[in-house]
Amino acid sequence: MHGRVERRVVALTLSALALTTAGCAVGTGGTDDSDAQYDPTADLSGELSVMGFSGVDEVATARMELAEEAMPEVSVTLAEGDLDLQQLLSAVATGEPPDLVYANRDQIGSLAARGAVIPLAGCIEGEGIPTEDFVEPALAQVTLGGEVYGIPEFNAVQLTMANADLLGAAGLTIDDVNGSDWEAMSAASEAMTVGDGGSLSVIGVDSKLPEFLPLWAKANGVELISEDGRTANLDDPGVVEALEWAVSIYDDQGGFSAVKAYRDSADFFGEGNQFAAGLLGAMPMEQWYVNVLNDVSPDAPLAFDTVRDRSGAPVAYASGSAWAIPSGSDNAEAACRFARVMTSLDAWQAAAEARLAAREADGKPFTGILTGNTEADAMIQGMTTSGGEPWDTAVAAMYEANDNTFSLPANPADAEFKAAMFDAVNAVLNGQSDPETALAQAQQAAQEALDAGWADIESGE
Amino acid sequence: MVAAAASAVAPDASRERSRRRARRRYVRSALLFLSPWIVGFLVFTAWPLIYSAYLSFTDYDVINDPEFVGTANYTRLFEDPKIALALGNTVIFTLLQVPLYVLVSLALALLLDRAGRSAGFFRTVFFLPKMTPPVAVGVLFLLLFNGQSGLINTVLGWFGIDGPAWTTDPAWVKPGLVLMSLWTVGASIIILLAALQSVPIELYESARIDGAGFWRQSLSVTLPMISPALFFIVVVNTIGGLQTFDEAYTAFFGSGNTTYSNDAALFYVIYLFQQAFEFLNMGYASAMAWVLFAVIMAITAVQLAVSRKLVYYEAEDPR
Repeated sequence: MHGRVERRVVALTLSALALTTAGCAVGTGGTDDSDAQYDPTADLSGELSVMGFSGVDEVATARMELAEEAMPEVSVTLAEGDLDLQQLLSAVATGEPPDLVYANRDQIGSLAARGAVIPLAGCIEGEGIPTEDFVEPALAQVTLGGEVYGIPEFNAVQLTMANADLLGAAGLTIDDVNGSDWEAMSAASEAMTVGDGGSLSVIGVDSKLPEFLPLWAKANGVELISEDGRTANLDDPGVVEALEWAVSIYDDQGGFSAVKAYRDSADFFGEGNQFAAGLLGAMPMEQWYVNVLNDVSPDAPLAFDTVRDRSGAPVAYASGSAWAIPSGSDNAEAACRFARVMTSLDAWQAAAEARLAAREADGKPFTGILTGNTEADAMIQGMTTSGGEPWDTAVAAMYEANDNTFSLPANPADAEFKAAMFDAVNAVLNGQSDPETALAQAQQAAQEALDAGWADIESGE
Repeated sequence: MVAAAASAVAPDASRERSRRRARRRYVRSALLFLSPWIVGFLVFTAWPLIYSAYLSFTDYDVINDPEFVGTANYTRLFEDPKIALALGNTVIFTLLQVPLYVLVSLALALLLDRAGRSAGFFRTVFFLPKMTPPVAVGVLFLLLFNGQSGLINTVLGWFGIDGPAWTTDPAWVKPGLVLMSLWTVGASIIILLAALQSVPIELYESARIDGAGFWRQSLSVTLPMISPALFFIVVVNTIGGLQTFDEAYTAFFGSGNTTYSNDAALFYVIYLFQQAFEFLNMGYASAMAWVLFAVIMAITAVQLAVSRKLVYYEAEDPR
């Protein structure tokens, strides 16, 4: 009898497991929006769950108000915080994806390749989203195999930021550290560096590796990945040269380990930041840091310029966010309307006015917003207010950089590509490999990942 | 005669039936009371285990249906250079961490054992860091161990020691993480303290009568008597070391560090996580998980075999 009970328990368990297995091994990839009717005049209803967007500042809330006004019968729910890929995949896998996601643009390619987000041709055409107005590299970053999978929003670009006092004391100008002349930049770094090799008290120039290898490669005339997103170009001699030079900036100051330890110890967001405290000569940095510096150290001796390629032309490595509609979205129409309104000229105007009012209330200049939409950028540039020098130069440089951006094109293996690239740079920075060897290995790993990703797409998986 | 025999058998059969009924009731009651745990085990442990084993033989990106690929994921493990790197990092970390962790736990437990009435206060003080979320510990690591301005190097500087770049020098990243892991030593201290306090005082008295000094008492009385607790801590910390993730991930790979992945801190579970949730290779990650499971099982089996000679269990005393 005892044995019979045991057998029953085992049988029950196996039955439960078999049922669960059958129930769970179901993917959701490939769900399209063929039932959706996109129409800018349609009255929409239902619920709209948005993942990855918090709506915490005036730029977000001003636009959200317009989006909600555009579909008053739709109940919008935001999942707080940045997009958590693990959370999104879990939701998609369980068949309950959010209706709309707000992702980094460099995630869109992978998500699209796996069928996690749907192509937006119907949405763009139906709602009348003016994709021709979007910053071209931003749109390219969300376009895979000729299909647009995301509505771009915001643009982050780099500027050259420098300490004018340190430059002046070394008899240098911003032109010596803006990237247009690598030999001059290395010499400037050496001239401004203070330290004994292991311990630094002033970093001359920070070339911001590993994240800005694409910037220095582009400045050297090389794209890290082909325009169609199929071919890695990491072992190009131009990339090797760029990496050698960017690493040499650290080596000349005692090595990356010493520079990074010192960089990490800085009061980055405080009034004792590295520029205000005279601890850093120059570095390329995203434009939002201009506002931080203006807020916390308005009297710091700063100098700004665009980052320039070796021929002296401005160049910036663009990044930003995008709206995408997951496969299986229950309310694709509302998701599309929300994305359209959030990136519309009216919304950007409302956002800019809200930001302008907030900055004026604080007695601070309005330094503009890079929206990822060229029309909106031009409109907002006209609303910026003067903060005197060097801030006006910073704003001018920001808009100049915004007109000269590039990005890595969408591809089905963006995470693997980035990992291979950063592994190579880190191996060189840590002294474990030389640039040529490290980039050759990265090229092989990246190309294998790209080939596998494209093969999956083409086999219809 | 037959009737007499029948009457003798009848009570026995009746008693047997009664015993069986009682046993069935007992089994039913036991299953009823255990059912919440059984259901939880089936849903949250057994099922994920079985499903993970199945996924390890598939190509699965979470979004699309799993596609059976046979042993391809396991073959790939041998071709992936990062597996050797991650496994090597993990084993080195564990080999450094476990002995140090046990020694520090034991030393502090011995001190607490002799601390008298203040032991309760210090026990709480040592245990409190264990309550700190691992993510916070990872952030704390970057602050405390910063090569330029961290408290650790500042203190070392007071003694004329020029501390290394713990967080950026590949040679010092793992030792730094090992030292940081001592932050959570409190739980082991509590276990060892309980073991120390349960050693019969008569044993020490007998040893002293036999002329044993402090070290002889420690070696011949204390260590054998607390060896089960020590063994438990070694096994648990070995498993924990091989599965280390949170602090290193936060410090070197998490939000804010996504552009700087230090290979010296690439532990096996971090690489597994990357494969699963960054590269969406859930099948490969499942195979990695099963290999780690096998490694942990093998190491634990060796530890169990060794323990038969080194660990003293009073209940099994052959005397």
